[in-house]
Amino acid sequence: MHLLYPVVLSALLFCTGVYGVLARRNAVLVLMAVELMLNAVNLNLVAFDVWLRDTLHAGQALTLFTVTIAAAEIGLGLAIVLLLYRRRGTSSVDRLDELADRPDPPHPDQGAGPDPDADQDADPDARPAPDATSDDQPRKAAA
Amino acid sequence: MSGQSFLSTSGTEIAFVLVGIVALGAALLTVTTRQLVHAALWLVVALGALAVEYLLLTAEFVAWVQVLIYVGAVVVLLLFGLMLTRAPIGPSPDADSRHRPLAAAVAVAAAALLVTVVADAFRTTWITLRPGAGSAEANGIGLFRAWVLPFEALSVLLLAALVGAIVLSRRRAARPGVHEEADD
Repeated sequence: MHLLYPVVLSALLFCTGVYGVLARRNAVLVLMAVELMLNAVNLNLVAFDVWLRDTLHAGQALTLFTVTIAAAEIGLGLAIVLLLYRRRGTSSVDRLDELADRPDPPHPDQGAGPDPDADQDADPDARPAPDATSDDQPRKAAA
Repeated sequence: MSGQSFLSTSGTEIAFVLVGIVALGAALLTVTTRQLVHAALWLVVALGALAVEYLLLTAEFVAWVQVLIYVGAVVVLLLFGLMLTRAPIGPSPDADSRHRPLAAAVAVAAAALLVTVVADAFRTTWITLRPGAGSAEANGIGLFRAWVLPFEALSVLLLAALVGAIVLSRRRAARPGVHEEADD
């Protein structure tokens, strides 16, 4: 069998999954598209294992590991989606944007607060670095 | 396990292409249908067709694992997730976000790039299929001789994921001093 058949099929399946992840709004449908992408990777692994025929069966062992990780991922992902639905009443990924970076913060008082802190944090971060190097240099000289 | 096969070499290729078309069509329907439960059912078709592809590639054990875990467990979990988030039965017009043309453009560009590169790289590569190469015996020997440590680490990972899922989905009791908002 030509290797192109499984590999091209897996590439097309992966891109279908990419479209699903980007275009879907319901979080459960996004998880389904992620499953499609993982399955495309599995098909690739099996095809390369059958092609290369190594003695350790690395491709098929990795396929089994990927299936296990996908099962763990889908369990945790669905638990998170259910928790979000219970808390927020929606499973639409477009509306769950409370952690998003916004160009203009909704609360100006809270938005302006961290900026001076960040500036103050940045200066002490810059200062210990020359001290550390100056501390290191005498040690190296002593050694 | 002699070299005899049910299908000839070209028969295997034809079957692979046909089942591949079924898998790809079902996958496209999974990501485009507006009925949420139908998306899960088309996913069953796509994953089942992929299991047939594994069988055609002589990876029998992986094929049955695929049927057991994906078609059996993952899709049932997804259906439960759809039910518990009260997904509407029937067409839901807001299944797709408004970035759909952009997503289609990205997917088509990625597909064109990947297929071009892959076709250029593996133009002259052929697989010789040997029956028995992916049997449970071969996989078990590989797993428990060479891959024991990752296997055990993976069992710990599964346990951690299980505990995490239980902790996340447990309805926690209102404790004094813990401020819970919108806990119905």
